[in-house]
Order: sequence, then structure tokens, then C-alpha cells
Amino acid sequence: MRITPTAVLILRRLGHGAIVLWAAYTLSFLVLFVLPGDPVAIILGGADQSTATPEQIQAVREEHHLDRPFLVQYALALSGALRLDFGTSYATGMPVVQAIVQSLPSTLGLATAALALAVVGGTALAIIAVRTQRPTLRNILAGLPGLGVAMPTFWVGLLLLQVFSFRLGWIPALGADGFLGLVLPAITLALPLGAMIGQVLLTALDRAWAEQFVTTFRAAGLARTRLLLTHALRVASLSLLSIAGVLTGNLLSGAVVVETVFTRNGLGRLAESAVSSQDIPLVQGIVVFSALVFVVVNLVTDLLYPLVDPRTRPAARPSSRRTARPVAPTAAQEVSA
Amino acid sequence: MSRRPTSLRSTFALPLAAVASLASLVLLSGCQGAASSAQDVGEPVSGGVLRVAYDVDPECVDGQQVGNNTALNVARQVTDSLTDQDPETGEIVPWLAESWEVNEDSTSFTFHLRDGVTFQDGTEFTSASVKENFDAIIDLGAKATQGSSYLAGLRSVETPDDRTVTVTFDEPNAQFLQATSTMILGFYAPDTLEKTPEERCMGDIVGTGPFALDHFTQADSVTLSRYDDYGWPSSLAQHDGPAHLDGIEITVVPEATVRNGSLSSGQIDIDTAVLPQDEEVLESSGFPIVSRPNPGVVYHLFPNVGQPIADESEVRQAINKAIDRDELATVLSPHQSPATSTLAQSTPHYTDLSHLLEHDPDGAAQLLDDAGWELDESTGIREKDGEPLTIALSYWQTAPFLELVQQQLRTVGIDLQLDKKTIAEHRAVQETGDLAFDFYNLTRSDVDILRTVFDANGRNVNNREPEEVDEILDRTTATTDPDERGALAEEAVTALIEEGYSIPLVELSGVVATSPDVQGFHFEASSRIQFYDTWLAGED
Repeated sequence: MRITPTAVLILRRLGHGAIVLWAAYTLSFLVLFVLPGDPVAIILGGADQSTATPEQIQAVREEHHLDRPFLVQYALALSGALRLDFGTSYATGMPVVQAIVQSLPSTLGLATAALALAVVGGTALAIIAVRTQRPTLRNILAGLPGLGVAMPTFWVGLLLLQVFSFRLGWIPALGADGFLGLVLPAITLALPLGAMIGQVLLTALDRAWAEQFVTTFRAAGLARTRLLLTHALRVASLSLLSIAGVLTGNLLSGAVVVETVFTRNGLGRLAESAVSSQDIPLVQGIVVFSALVFVVVNLVTDLLYPLVDPRTRPAARPSSRRTARPVAPTAAQEVSA
Repeated sequence: MSRRPTSLRSTFALPLAAVASLASLVLLSGCQGAASSAQDVGEPVSGGVLRVAYDVDPECVDGQQVGNNTALNVARQVTDSLTDQDPETGEIVPWLAESWEVNEDSTSFTFHLRDGVTFQDGTEFTSASVKENFDAIIDLGAKATQGSSYLAGLRSVETPDDRTVTVTFDEPNAQFLQATSTMILGFYAPDTLEKTPEERCMGDIVGTGPFALDHFTQADSVTLSRYDDYGWPSSLAQHDGPAHLDGIEITVVPEATVRNGSLSSGQIDIDTAVLPQDEEVLESSGFPIVSRPNPGVVYHLFPNVGQPIADESEVRQAINKAIDRDELATVLSPHQSPATSTLAQSTPHYTDLSHLLEHDPDGAAQLLDDAGWELDESTGIREKDGEPLTIALSYWQTAPFLELVQQQLRTVGIDLQLDKKTIAEHRAVQETGDLAFDFYNLTRSDVDILRTVFDANGRNVNNREPEEVDEILDRTTATTDPDERGALAEEAVTALIEEGYSIPLVELSGVVATSPDVQGFHFEASSRIQFYDTWLAGED
């Protein structure tokens, strides 16, 4: 079987990914181990109401290997993780993998909706700002991303709830699982994301607009809007691809706040409660899962670059891939493409 | 400032409070009209689903296992108990047991069970069910810390016939009678007992209670529906037959602002965790607020006499005298109150001992002077042998009144350093045994809580050698006579306060707000909620 350059790229990326996952797991294990706090307290419920006897506490220690030396605990945990067994949550006794899988659909739905809103909103903002002939409108639009990023997510969420749920009664604050329940949280989560997309795209479009090939096209009589939507946007979207990782991170961290405010039972809220109660196995599972998401997103991004920008297609020796930063193509290339 | 145990939430607290106050202004104008609709409540009607919001995830809904307050409130609807406890008098009254006998030294308890009780899956509830469940609790071990402590020293459970069960202990165990009234010793069907503890945690439980558990989604919701064949309520219940409500929908809503707004806008019927700053607004817009102090040992400073400073009787007594409990009331909500004894006023056999807890700063200063703690005029803190009178207090609870205690102690030259931690961090320090003072409260609707906490052979919170007070405490467990137990408890509490072993501060209360349509809502003796008698006005 012939090994294509793309296959090599994927294999290398997968190798990197495995290292990232291992590092994330090990680092979080180390941090959680060093943190002051007693897992037995979590397992046995509240710190004070518990009337556990020393024998019962010892039994719990043994059951969770908490009486073993650090390296043994680590080895046991890691070998479990390799078999996709992250143990059970201290607080609930539920297997960690099950807890994550259960909360995933809700977060996935929220993230997809928010991402779609953010891409549409951010792109629209950038295009209108570049396209408009009125400087005032352009200045206002160019200022919006800054505002969008600056507004605290939980504040926006509570404000939306206050107006549309508590005051107007259009949307239930709790227990709305369907489309209606998704609207407010998706808008809240999309706001900072859309702002970021708008900002990046606006800068990239401005740069592309100043490129020679655009001037050439305009001289050739191509309509402004068509030129903007087809050619300049394509070039500018490369810079969007390069912030895909950051966007993913924002989606995940935003979900923590949004899901708490909107009482949605997702990965973000699971993470929040796991961290605050030092539910070590659950935190570990979530850290590894988040790392996995990043690895996958980066892999997909790497595979998408060549499709959008032919110059970054891996050659026979793809060693210089990472240094090949996408830049706006020259007019000549673009014309011949 | 209200601070919450988790770091994420405390970063929210300030801005949230700002939004909340803004929001309540807006809401006030919109909700005034709702207040007048609850005048004519009439006869209870059947029907409707009660929507209840809790702030904390139940995590595990099995009442026999380690359970937080939310979990125990869920379990209370699903399971019944042998006895019930009158919240007014503390008296133990019949429920699944029609009558009982206790032997002379409180080691043996014989219960005569009610006829015709069935679990929600149709299996009959018999004396064998009692035995199976108590055995199961013992088997749960550390997973049933409270239940197994109620049953500690269990020698045998005998079932001479279907309707009679005799529980025998190695030692006198008077607290067991009250323990049988809790959901922690509630009963599950044989099928439930065969499940793993984890499955039961996740909601695989079938009891004899007025509501069956349909569904539990972790960190999200619990759905309960009426058990239509139910007909064996506690003798305290206000009606017979099945519950009024069709069902109960419990949602976990961590954000207080969202609970508050949902209640105000009619999206939920009950908010079970109202913040002090929201009480007034809710009340003035027609949402009844119901509260009851948690019975048991109130919020305390517990000295550990194995540590320097805490080992000095004069210092412990001086702290009790330096605290102005009346002044503490100024920073508490109207639904909380300063301590008047080691026990909360809602505890059966409670006696008001506030005369032992009077504010006496001069007396405190005198005691400290006598003990050789001299005031350093430059710092305002007392010293002895070059060591300052500094007490580091580690805690995790939301207890803003501690800052006032800190100021009060400072006026007599005691330097109290507040060190707020997460639960897990606090527990870790607690386990080292190095804390000179600990801070918490413990809920139990029986004076036995004194023995659990203070007895030198029990938890021994003071780390004391056995002394006279332990003999008094031990005598409380050898008799079920209410008057005798009450007198012994008073004697023990007096001794504990006078020696400064008990430094009571504030009573913790559960504060609940309901919509005006919610009727027949009340707390049971342990300040938990029983929804059997609850009904919704406006339902047909």
C-alpha cells in the first residue's frame, strides 16, 4: 500500500495527539494529588454531617487505592485510563465515562448552535463593515467585537433570562430541552465567539482587500460584493481556521458558565461541580476528554488547510508543514487558480 | 457579603448580587398583582404537579446511603418510616408501626406493624422487610454512615410473626426510637435491596411512600409521581389516602438569581434555598416564606483541648462571654436566630439557656487577665510568654456572621483569624487533628446528638478525657422517658457551656419560599420536607 503524504501527516498528528493526551492526564493527576483536600470527605459526603468511624474511612481508602503510594496510584489510574476506565465519580458513584457520555449531547447541541450563530453573526458583521461606504457605521461595527468580548457571559445570560423568561415569559428558564430552551444559552455562548470571529475576519478582509489581486480584479470590472464574498472571504477564512483551537477552548469554557446560569445538564456543569468538589476521577476524565477534543480539532484543521489553501498541501516530505503559515496568495496565483 | 463554597460561584457572587437587586426591582413592579390571589384557599384539591427547585444536586437519592439534604428530601417522599416525630413536641408517634414497646434499659424495641402496607411494586411490607432493610444498612457500611451509626451495636432483629419485629442492641440505645422516624431508616422493596448501592443511588429505588420515583437525572432533575394505592400516612398527616399532588418535579438550579426569578415568574412553585437578601423582596411581593431552625447542635466553635490556647478553660469561657449573641442577630436574616443553648430551639427537650450565654466583656477580660494573658496596648491583642492570643479558624460554610464574632472577640484582645476553605481542603486539615477550634453544626431531632458530638467515647469533638459530663450523657441513652432525657440534656449542656466546651453561635434555618398557590406545606421534625399533605390551589 502506498503511503500518501496526507497519511503520514495524519499518523504524525495522531502520535502528537497521544502525547498530548498522556501529558494532560499526568499533569492533572499530579495537580489534583498535590492540591490540599481529602477525597474520603467527598466520598463520604459532607465534611461535618458524616459520622463515619475510622474503620469505615479506612475501608474507603482501600477501595479507592488512596492508601497506596503516589506512583502506584498513578500506575493503577493510568492503566485504567488506557482501557477507557476512568473509575467512578467520588460524589455519585457513577462511572466517569458514563457521566461524560450522558452530558455530552446537551453540550454538543449547545456548542453547535452557538458556533453556527457565531460564524453567521461574525461573518455578517465583518462583511458589512468592509462593504459599507459609511465610516460611522463601519466604526460602530468595528467596535462591536471589543464590546462582545468584554461583556461577562454570566451577566449576558442572566440579563437575557431576566428579560425573555422572567419578564416577558416567552421562554421557560428551566426544563426546556427542545429548540426553545436552546435559544438563550446559544445566543449567550455565541456572543464572545461571534465577536472574536468578527474581529479576526474583519482584519483579514481588510488585509485581503488591500492585496494586489483584488485591485486587479476590480480593475477587470468584477463586482465589489461578488469579489468580497468569493475571493477575499476565501483568503480571509484561512485566519479563521487558525483560531479554530482558540474557539473550541472558548466554547468549552463558556459552556461551564452558560450551563450553570441556564441550568443545563451538560459537560460544563459537570466540570464545574467536579472541580469544586475535587471529584478527582471525574475531573481527570473531563480533562482528558477536553484534550481529546483539542487534538481532534487541530487534526481536522490541519487537514482542512490544504483544501482551502493549495500551497499548504503536504509535499513528499511534509517536515516544513508547521512553518508554512497561510498568507494571502498573490494575484497571479489566484488568477490562475 | 455572601460567599459560597465554590470558587467559581464566589467569583460570580458580587456581579450576580448586583444583577439580582436590579432584577428584583424590575420584578417587584410586575408581580404585585399575584399577592392577593391566595386569600380563599378552601378545601384541599387533588391534582397538579408541584415544581420544586433545589440548589444542590441530590447526587445519590437513596436515603439509606450517604445523603445530602436534597437527597434526604427526595427519599422522604419515596419511603415511609416505622414512626414519625411531632415537629412541635418532639414526641414519637405511630406510622408504619401502630405501637411499640421499649424494655427497661432501652436495649430492646418491639414494633407492631400496620396491616395492608405494600411497596410501590406491589410487594407486601412485613416484619421481614424491616429485618432485610436493617441488615442491608449494616452491609452498606461506610456508604451508610448515618444509618449504620443509628444501628450501631445491633445484636439482632427478630420477626416472631409478619406483623411483629423486635430489634435488640448490645448497649442501651434510646436514640434508636427517634432514628426510626427518619428516612435514613426508611424501607425499600426486596428488589431494590438486591441492586448495587450505585444503582440505588441513581434512582433504582422502590419504597412504600406516597410518591414513586420515576426518574432521576444526575445534577438535573428528579421526577416523582403519586402512588395511587397509598393509604398508610403517618398519624401526624392531615388527610388519608393517596397524596393530593399528581406528582413532583424537582429541578436542580444552582444559581439563586435563577431560582428567585423562576419563582417570581411562576415557573416554579417552591424555592428551597432562598438567599437572605431575597427574603424581603419575595415576602413583600406575596410569596410566603417558610423557615424552621434545623434541630440539633447549632453552629459552634468547638475547642480542641489537645491544642494550646483551646486547652485553657479561662480562654474558652472568655470567648463565650465576649460574644454578644444579641448583636449577631443584626447581621442575620429575620429567619435565623442567635443560639440560646448548645441545642437549637427546634430540638425536642431543648431548654433556653441564654442566661449562661450572656454578653459579659468585662468578665471575659477578667478571666483572661487571671489566666496571665496580658493586653499588648500597641496591638490590642493579648499575649502570654511572648505568644499572642491568636486563634486560626478554618471553615468552609457560608457564615458571614463569623466576621462579627471576630470583631467582638477583638474587643477583649482575642485575635480570631478566619480562614475560609473548600470543603475538601477543610476536611483535610480537620483530619490532622491540629485544629484548635472547629466550626460546624449537626442536624438531628434528638438530644442524642449531644452524645454523638461531645461524648468522650463518641466523636469527642473537644478531644477530652472522660469526665463527669460523659456519665450524664451516657444516662440520656439509657432511658426513653422524655422528661428524664430532657432534664439530663439540660444538665449536660449546662456543664458543657460552663466549661467552655460548647461555644454556641447561631442556629441554622432552612428558608423556603413558595408560590401563593402552594398549600399544606410544612417541615417535619428534622426540618426536612414532607409533601404528602401539600396541594396546589387553583387545580381542579
